[in-house]
Amino acid sequence: MKELYDTISLQFTLKDFHQQKPNLAFATAEKQQLIALLTYMRDVHRYTHLVFVTAVDWLEENRFQITYMLHNYDIKADFGIRVMLDRDKPVMESIHHLWEQGRVYQRELHEMFGIDFPGSPGVNEPMILEGWQGPPVMRRDFDTAKYSLETYDHRPRDTREPESHMKEKLYPED
Amino acid sequence: MSYMDKTTGIPEQGITPPIPDTGEMPDREWRKDDKTLTNAELTLEEQDWFCDARPTPAKPAWGPVEKFYNWARANSLWILAFGTGCGAIELRPLVTARYDISRLGMQPRPTPRQASVFMIGGYVSIKTLKRIVRSYEQMQGPKFVVAVCSCAINGGMYWDSYNTVKRIDQYIPVDVYVTGCMPRPEAVMAGFSKLKELILAGKAEGQNLYAEKFDWYKANQKQVIKDWNMPDYNW
Repeated sequence: MKELYDTISLQFTLKDFHQQKPNLAFATAEKQQLIALLTYMRDVHRYTHLVFVTAVDWLEENRFQITYMLHNYDIKADFGIRVMLDRDKPVMESIHHLWEQGRVYQRELHEMFGIDFPGSPGVNEPMILEGWQGPPVMRRDFDTAKYSLETYDHRPRDTREPESHMKEKLYPED
Repeated sequence: MSYMDKTTGIPEQGITPPIPDTGEMPDREWRKDDKTLTNAELTLEEQDWFCDARPTPAKPAWGPVEKFYNWARANSLWILAFGTGCGAIELRPLVTARYDISRLGMQPRPTPRQASVFMIGGYVSIKTLKRIVRSYEQMQGPKFVVAVCSCAINGGMYWDSYNTVKRIDQYIPVDVYVTGCMPRPEAVMAGFSKLKELILAGKAEGQNLYAEKFDWYKANQKQVIKDWNMPDYNW
Protein backbone atom coordinates (compact mmCIF):
# COMPACT_ATOMS: atom_id res chain seq x y z
CA MET A 1 0.00 0.00 0.00
CA LYS A 2 3.06 2.20 0.21
CA GLU A 3 3.06 2.42 -3.61
CA LEU A 4 -0.50 3.64 -3.52
CA TYR A 5 0.43 6.23 -0.93
CA ASP A 6 3.34 7.43 -3.04
CA THR A 7 1.12 7.64 -6.10
CA ILE A 8 -1.52 9.70 -4.31
CA SER A 9 1.14 11.91 -2.79
CA LEU A 10 2.06 13.13 -6.26
CA GLN A 11 -1.26 14.94 -6.44
CA PHE A 12 -2.36 15.46 -2.83
CA THR A 13 -0.72 16.55 0.40
CA LEU A 14 -0.61 13.49 2.60
CA LYS A 15 1.29 12.69 5.76
CA ASP A 16 1.44 10.22 8.66
CA PHE A 17 1.34 7.06 6.58
CA HIS A 18 0.71 4.06 8.77
CA GLN A 19 0.44 0.52 7.48
CA GLN A 20 -1.36 -1.49 10.08
CA LYS A 21 -1.83 -4.72 8.14
CA PRO A 22 -0.80 -5.85 4.63
CA ASN A 23 -4.21 -4.74 3.36
CA LEU A 24 -4.98 -1.88 5.76
CA ALA A 25 -3.31 1.52 5.80
CA PHE A 26 -4.04 5.03 7.04
CA ALA A 27 -2.96 8.48 5.95
CA THR A 28 -3.81 12.01 7.01
CA ALA A 29 -5.07 14.40 4.35
CA GLU A 30 -5.68 18.11 4.16
CA LYS A 31 -9.20 19.27 4.93
CA GLN A 32 -9.55 21.31 1.74
CA GLN A 33 -8.42 18.43 -0.48
CA LEU A 34 -10.60 15.76 1.02
CA ILE A 35 -13.50 15.71 -1.44
CA ALA A 36 -11.11 15.68 -4.40
CA LEU A 37 -9.06 12.95 -2.77
CA LEU A 38 -12.08 10.75 -2.03
CA THR A 39 -13.36 11.19 -5.57
CA TYR A 40 -9.92 10.33 -6.93
CA MET A 41 -9.70 7.23 -4.72
CA ARG A 42 -13.16 6.12 -5.71
CA ASP A 43 -12.97 6.69 -9.47
CA VAL A 44 -9.31 6.03 -10.28
CA HIS A 45 -8.08 3.57 -7.67
CA ARG A 46 -11.41 1.74 -7.37
CA TYR A 47 -11.86 2.21 -3.63
CA THR A 48 -15.56 2.19 -4.35
CA HIS A 49 -16.99 1.20 -0.98
CA LEU A 50 -17.36 3.59 1.95
CA VAL A 51 -17.01 1.33 4.97
CA PHE A 52 -17.62 3.93 7.66
CA VAL A 53 -17.10 7.51 8.71
CA THR A 54 -16.16 8.02 12.32
CA ALA A 55 -14.71 10.69 14.54
CA VAL A 56 -12.20 10.87 17.39
CA ASP A 57 -12.17 13.65 19.94
CA TRP A 58 -8.59 14.74 20.65
CA LEU A 59 -9.46 16.94 23.58
CA GLU A 60 -5.89 17.75 24.63
CA GLU A 61 -4.90 18.82 21.11
CA ASN A 62 -8.21 20.68 20.70
CA ARG A 63 -9.21 19.00 17.45
CA PHE A 64 -11.49 16.38 15.96
CA GLN A 65 -10.30 13.61 13.71
CA ILE A 66 -12.68 12.24 11.08
CA THR A 67 -11.73 8.94 9.49
CA TYR A 68 -13.13 7.88 6.14
CA MET A 69 -12.56 4.16 5.58
CA LEU A 70 -12.61 3.02 1.95
CA HIS A 71 -12.56 -0.51 0.59
CA ASN A 72 -11.35 -1.90 -2.69
CA TYR A 73 -13.23 -5.00 -3.73
CA ASP A 74 -10.69 -5.94 -6.43
CA ILE A 75 -7.65 -6.32 -4.20
CA LYS A 76 -9.60 -6.57 -0.92
CA ALA A 77 -7.77 -3.71 0.75
CA ASP A 78 -8.86 -0.91 3.06
CA PHE A 79 -7.53 2.62 3.08
CA GLY A 80 -8.41 5.02 5.87
CA ILE A 81 -8.16 8.74 5.28
CA ARG A 82 -7.95 10.96 8.35
CA VAL A 83 -8.84 14.63 8.46
CA MET A 84 -8.17 16.95 11.37
CA LEU A 85 -10.70 19.64 12.28
CA ASP A 86 -10.54 22.57 14.65
CA ARG A 87 -12.46 21.58 17.75
CA ASP A 88 -13.79 25.08 18.34
CA LYS A 89 -15.32 25.31 14.87
CA PRO A 90 -16.03 21.76 13.68
CA VAL A 91 -17.36 22.11 10.15
CA MET A 92 -16.66 19.62 7.39
CA GLU A 93 -17.73 19.22 3.79
CA SER A 94 -20.44 16.69 3.09
CA ILE A 95 -19.74 13.54 1.07
CA HIS A 96 -23.35 12.54 0.47
CA HIS A 97 -22.97 13.16 -3.26
CA LEU A 98 -20.17 10.58 -3.45
CA TRP A 99 -21.79 7.92 -1.28
CA GLU A 100 -25.47 8.26 -0.47
CA GLN A 101 -25.05 6.46 2.86
CA GLY A 102 -22.58 9.11 3.96
CA ARG A 103 -25.42 11.30 5.12
CA VAL A 104 -26.38 8.77 7.80
CA TYR A 105 -22.86 8.83 9.22
CA GLN A 106 -22.82 12.60 9.05
CA ARG A 107 -26.13 12.84 10.83
CA GLU A 108 -24.78 10.64 13.57
CA LEU A 109 -21.55 12.63 13.87
CA HIS A 110 -23.56 15.82 14.08
CA GLU A 111 -25.61 14.41 16.91
CA MET A 112 -22.83 12.70 18.83
CA PHE A 113 -19.90 15.10 18.32
CA GLY A 114 -21.57 18.30 17.17
CA ILE A 115 -19.64 18.30 13.90
CA ASP A 116 -21.59 20.19 11.28
CA PHE A 117 -21.90 19.07 7.67
CA PRO A 118 -23.65 21.87 5.78
CA GLY A 119 -25.75 20.65 2.86
CA SER A 120 -26.06 17.06 4.04
CA PRO A 121 -29.74 16.04 3.85
CA GLY A 122 -31.44 15.83 7.23
CA VAL A 123 -28.26 16.42 9.17
CA ASN A 124 -30.03 18.42 11.86
CA GLU A 125 -32.69 15.81 12.59
CA PRO A 126 -32.27 13.76 15.76
CA MET A 127 -31.13 10.23 15.12
CA ILE A 128 -31.40 8.44 18.44
CA LEU A 129 -31.52 11.27 20.97
CA GLU A 130 -35.01 12.67 20.56
CA GLY A 131 -35.45 16.00 22.27
CA TRP A 132 -31.89 16.09 23.54
CA GLN A 133 -31.04 19.48 24.98
CA GLY A 134 -27.61 18.90 26.44
CA PRO A 135 -24.19 19.07 24.77
CA PRO A 136 -23.11 16.52 22.13
CA VAL A 137 -22.73 13.36 24.12
CA MET A 138 -19.62 11.74 22.67
CA ARG A 139 -17.42 14.73 23.35
CA ARG A 140 -14.94 13.84 26.01
CA ASP A 141 -15.65 16.88 28.15
CA PHE A 142 -19.25 15.72 28.67
CA ASP A 143 -19.44 13.91 32.00
CA THR A 144 -22.15 11.30 31.48
CA ALA A 145 -22.09 9.91 35.02
CA LYS A 146 -22.52 13.39 36.49
CA TYR A 147 -25.36 14.13 34.08
CA SER A 148 -27.03 10.84 34.95
CA LEU A 149 -26.82 11.45 38.69
CA GLU A 150 -28.22 14.95 38.30
CA THR A 151 -31.02 14.09 35.87
CA TYR A 152 -32.38 10.71 36.89
CA ASP A 153 -33.52 9.36 40.21
CA HIS A 154 -31.43 6.37 41.20
CA ARG A 155 -32.77 3.53 43.25
CA PRO A 156 -31.08 3.50 46.67
CA ARG A 157 -28.82 0.54 47.01
CA ASP A 158 -28.41 -1.80 49.93
CA THR A 159 -25.04 -3.52 49.62
CA ARG A 160 -23.89 -6.29 51.88
CA GLU A 161 -20.54 -7.98 52.22
CA PRO A 162 -21.28 -11.64 51.44
CA GLU A 163 -19.06 -13.08 54.13
CA SER A 164 -20.31 -11.00 57.05
CA HIS A 165 -23.91 -11.17 55.81
CA MET A 166 -23.97 -14.95 55.67
CA LYS A 167 -22.20 -15.13 59.01
CA GLU A 168 -24.92 -13.00 60.59
CA LYS A 169 -27.62 -15.00 58.88
CA LEU A 170 -26.31 -18.48 59.67
CA TYR A 171 -24.54 -17.96 63.00
CA PRO A 172 -26.22 -14.98 64.64
CA GLU A 173 -24.99 -15.90 68.14
CA ASP A 174 -21.28 -15.71 67.24
CA MET B 1 -80.05 35.40 2.78
CA SER B 2 -80.21 32.09 1.04
CA TYR B 3 -77.57 30.26 -0.91
CA MET B 4 -77.16 31.37 -4.53
CA ASP B 5 -76.81 28.95 -7.42
CA LYS B 6 -73.62 30.02 -9.21
CA THR B 7 -74.81 29.27 -12.75
CA THR B 8 -78.29 30.79 -12.61
CA GLY B 9 -78.04 33.26 -9.77
CA ILE B 10 -81.38 32.03 -8.45
CA PRO B 11 -81.49 31.51 -4.68
CA GLU B 12 -81.87 27.81 -3.90
CA GLN B 13 -84.47 26.87 -1.38
CA GLY B 14 -83.78 24.75 1.63
CA ILE B 15 -79.98 24.99 1.65
CA THR B 16 -78.45 26.75 4.62
CA PRO B 17 -75.35 28.77 3.88
CA PRO B 18 -72.11 27.45 5.32
CA ILE B 19 -70.72 29.12 8.40
CA PRO B 20 -67.92 31.42 7.29
CA ASP B 21 -64.50 30.31 8.52
CA THR B 22 -63.12 33.22 10.51
CA GLY B 23 -60.13 31.25 11.79
CA GLU B 24 -61.28 31.52 15.38
CA MET B 25 -61.15 28.39 17.46
CA PRO B 26 -63.92 27.56 19.91
CA ASP B 27 -63.48 28.52 23.52
CA ARG B 28 -61.50 25.96 25.45
CA GLU B 29 -61.65 27.53 28.88
CA TRP B 30 -63.91 24.75 30.12
CA ARG B 31 -61.05 22.30 29.74
CA LYS B 32 -58.91 23.93 32.35
CA ASP B 33 -60.38 22.25 35.41
CA ASP B 34 -59.17 19.35 37.47
CA LYS B 35 -61.23 16.70 35.77
CA THR B 36 -59.95 17.12 32.25
CA LEU B 37 -56.50 17.06 30.73
CA THR B 38 -55.17 20.06 28.87
CA ASN B 39 -53.05 18.29 26.22
CA ALA B 40 -51.19 21.58 26.28
CA GLU B 41 -48.21 20.34 24.26
CA LEU B 42 -50.38 19.64 21.22
CA THR B 43 -51.54 22.20 18.71
CA LEU B 44 -55.13 23.36 18.81
CA GLU B 45 -56.00 21.20 15.82
CA GLU B 46 -54.39 18.13 17.37
CA GLN B 47 -56.22 18.73 20.64
CA ASP B 48 -59.46 18.05 18.79
CA TRP B 49 -58.25 14.60 17.77
CA PHE B 50 -57.84 13.26 21.29
CA CYS B 51 -60.15 12.89 24.23
CA ASP B 52 -59.18 14.79 27.36
CA ALA B 53 -60.65 12.58 30.06
CA ARG B 54 -58.46 11.48 32.93
CA PRO B 55 -58.02 7.82 33.84
CA THR B 56 -60.20 6.71 36.72
CA PRO B 57 -59.55 3.83 39.10
CA ALA B 58 -61.71 0.79 38.38
CA LYS B 59 -63.92 -0.29 41.24
CA PRO B 60 -63.80 -4.00 42.08
CA ALA B 61 -66.97 -6.02 41.58
CA TRP B 62 -68.88 -7.83 44.32
CA GLY B 63 -66.53 -10.24 46.16
CA PRO B 64 -67.09 -13.66 44.55
CA VAL B 65 -67.61 -12.11 41.14
CA GLU B 66 -64.31 -10.24 41.43
CA LYS B 67 -62.63 -13.48 42.42
CA PHE B 68 -63.97 -15.13 39.32
CA TYR B 69 -62.81 -12.18 37.23
CA ASN B 70 -59.35 -12.43 38.74
CA TRP B 71 -59.23 -16.14 38.02
CA ALA B 72 -60.10 -15.45 34.41
CA ARG B 73 -57.56 -12.63 34.16
CA ALA B 74 -54.80 -14.76 35.66
CA ASN B 75 -55.37 -17.55 33.15
CA SER B 76 -55.41 -15.50 29.98
CA LEU B 77 -52.33 -13.31 30.18
CA TRP B 78 -51.60 -11.99 26.75
CA ILE B 79 -48.20 -10.40 26.38
CA LEU B 80 -47.56 -7.30 24.34
CA ALA B 81 -44.76 -8.30 21.98
CA PHE B 82 -42.79 -5.10 22.38
CA GLY B 83 -39.18 -5.68 23.29
CA THR B 84 -37.58 -2.63 24.81
CA GLY B 85 -34.11 -4.02 25.38
CA CYS B 86 -32.06 -7.17 25.18
CA GLY B 87 -34.59 -8.94 27.43
CA ALA B 88 -36.94 -9.16 24.49
CA ILE B 89 -34.82 -12.00 23.15
CA GLU B 90 -36.11 -14.11 26.04
CA LEU B 91 -39.61 -13.95 24.62
CA ARG B 92 -38.58 -16.18 21.71
CA PRO B 93 -37.61 -19.25 23.74
CA LEU B 94 -40.61 -18.57 25.97
CA VAL B 95 -43.18 -18.81 23.21
CA THR B 96 -41.48 -21.53 21.18
CA ALA B 97 -41.52 -25.26 21.76
CA ARG B 98 -39.07 -25.68 24.61
CA TYR B 99 -40.65 -23.44 27.24
CA ASP B 100 -43.99 -23.07 25.45
CA ILE B 101 -45.91 -20.60 27.61
CA SER B 102 -49.13 -21.13 25.69
CA ARG B 103 -49.71 -24.09 28.01
CA LEU B 104 -50.02 -21.46 30.77
CA GLY B 105 -52.61 -19.54 28.81
CA MET B 106 -50.18 -16.90 27.63
CA GLN B 107 -49.33 -15.75 24.15
CA PRO B 108 -47.78 -12.72 22.51
CA ARG B 109 -50.05 -10.22 20.83
CA PRO B 110 -49.00 -7.79 18.13
CA THR B 111 -51.00 -4.80 19.32
CA PRO B 112 -51.47 -3.11 22.70
CA ARG B 113 -55.23 -3.19 22.27
CA GLN B 114 -55.24 -6.97 22.67
CA ALA B 115 -52.57 -7.35 25.32
CA SER B 116 -52.84 -7.40 29.09
CA VAL B 117 -49.22 -7.87 30.18
CA PHE B 118 -46.46 -5.46 29.27
CA MET B 119 -43.05 -7.08 29.57
CA ILE B 120 -40.35 -4.42 29.92
CA GLY B 121 -37.32 -6.29 28.66
CA GLY B 122 -34.21 -4.49 29.78
CA TYR B 123 -32.84 -0.99 29.60
CA VAL B 124 -35.22 1.83 28.78
CA SER B 125 -33.84 4.76 26.87
CA ILE B 126 -35.71 8.06 26.69
CA LYS B 127 -36.77 7.39 23.12
CA THR B 128 -38.12 3.99 24.16
CA LEU B 129 -39.80 5.37 27.25
CA LYS B 130 -41.90 7.56 25.03
CA ARG B 131 -43.13 4.49 23.14
CA ILE B 132 -43.58 2.55 26.37
CA VAL B 133 -45.83 5.22 27.85
CA ARG B 134 -47.77 5.37 24.62
CA SER B 135 -48.18 1.59 24.40
CA TYR B 136 -49.04 1.24 28.07
CA GLU B 137 -51.76 3.84 27.86
CA GLN B 138 -53.17 2.23 24.74
CA MET B 139 -53.51 -1.14 26.48
CA GLN B 140 -56.98 -1.86 27.73
CA GLY B 141 -57.50 -2.66 31.37
CA PRO B 142 -56.91 -4.74 33.36
CA LYS B 143 -53.24 -4.48 32.51
CA PHE B 144 -50.09 -5.58 34.26
CA VAL B 145 -46.40 -4.83 33.90
CA VAL B 146 -43.55 -7.28 34.37
CA ALA B 147 -40.11 -5.65 34.33
CA VAL B 148 -37.36 -8.06 33.38
CA CYS B 149 -33.57 -7.62 33.74
CA SER B 150 -31.52 -5.56 36.15
CA CYS B 151 -31.49 -2.50 33.88
CA ALA B 152 -35.20 -1.95 34.39
CA ILE B 153 -34.76 -2.22 38.16
CA ASN B 154 -31.86 0.12 38.87
CA GLY B 155 -30.21 0.96 35.59
CA GLY B 156 -27.88 -2.04 35.67
CA MET B 157 -24.76 -1.53 33.63
CA TYR B 158 -26.29 1.67 32.25
CA TRP B 159 -26.40 3.35 35.65
CA ASP B 160 -24.22 6.20 34.38
CA SER B 161 -25.80 6.54 30.95
CA TYR B 162 -27.12 9.92 29.93
CA ASN B 163 -30.02 8.47 27.99
CA THR B 164 -31.37 5.64 30.12
CA VAL B 165 -33.92 5.90 32.91
CA LYS B 166 -32.87 4.11 36.07
CA ARG B 167 -36.19 3.19 37.64
CA ILE B 168 -39.00 2.24 35.33
CA ASP B 169 -41.47 2.21 38.25
CA GLN B 170 -41.32 6.00 38.35
CA TYR B 171 -42.84 6.21 34.90
CA ILE B 172 -45.30 3.31 34.75
CA PRO B 173 -46.44 1.09 37.63
CA VAL B 174 -44.68 -2.27 37.82
CA ASP B 175 -46.26 -5.37 39.35
CA VAL B 176 -43.41 -7.88 39.22
CA TYR B 177 -39.65 -7.52 38.80
CA VAL B 178 -37.48 -10.34 37.51
CA THR B 179 -33.80 -9.94 38.33
CA GLY B 180 -30.93 -11.16 36.23
CA CYS B 181 -28.85 -10.14 33.29
CA MET B 182 -30.26 -11.94 31.43
CA PRO B 183 -32.83 -13.89 33.43
CA ARG B 184 -33.25 -17.43 32.22
CA PRO B 185 -36.63 -18.32 30.69
CA GLU B 186 -37.36 -20.26 33.85
CA ALA B 187 -36.90 -17.08 35.88
CA VAL B 188 -39.21 -15.15 33.57
CA MET B 189 -41.80 -17.91 33.88
CA ALA B 190 -41.43 -17.77 37.67
CA GLY B 191 -42.09 -14.05 37.42
CA PHE B 192 -45.25 -14.68 35.44
CA SER B 193 -46.33 -17.26 38.01
CA LYS B 194 -45.81 -14.65 40.71
CA LEU B 195 -47.91 -12.24 38.67
CA LYS B 196 -50.66 -14.87 38.51
CA GLU B 197 -50.57 -15.22 42.29
CA LEU B 198 -50.83 -11.46 42.68
CA ILE B 199 -53.76 -11.27 40.30
CA LEU B 200 -55.56 -14.13 42.06
CA ALA B 201 -55.00 -12.38 45.38
CA GLY B 202 -56.30 -9.12 43.92
CA LYS B 203 -53.01 -7.30 44.52
CA ALA B 204 -51.96 -6.52 40.94
CA GLU B 205 -53.47 -3.06 40.97
CA GLY B 206 -50.92 -1.19 38.88
CA GLN B 207 -53.55 0.21 36.59
CA ASN B 208 -55.48 1.75 39.48
CA LEU B 209 -52.25 3.07 40.96
CA TYR B 210 -51.50 4.74 37.64
CA ALA B 211 -54.93 6.38 37.68
CA GLU B 212 -54.63 7.51 41.30
CA LYS B 213 -51.11 8.91 41.02
CA PHE B 214 -51.59 10.03 37.44
CA ASP B 215 -50.21 13.52 37.96
CA TRP B 216 -47.08 12.18 39.65
CA TYR B 217 -46.40 9.69 36.85
CA LYS B 218 -47.11 12.28 34.19
CA ALA B 219 -44.79 14.83 35.82
CA ASN B 220 -42.01 12.23 35.98
CA GLN B 221 -42.52 11.31 32.34
CA LYS B 222 -42.49 14.89 31.17
CA GLN B 223 -39.40 15.61 33.20
CA VAL B 224 -37.26 13.29 31.09
CA ILE B 225 -39.13 13.31 27.76
CA LYS B 226 -38.21 16.77 26.62
CA ASP B 227 -40.01 16.74 23.25
CA TRP B 228 -43.44 15.75 24.49
CA ASN B 229 -45.74 15.82 21.47
CA MET B 230 -48.32 13.31 22.65
CA PRO B 231 -51.72 13.65 24.26
CA ASP B 232 -51.66 13.39 28.02
CA TYR B 233 -53.61 10.18 28.34
CA ASN B 234 -56.19 9.17 25.76
CA TRP B 235 -55.36 7.83 22.33
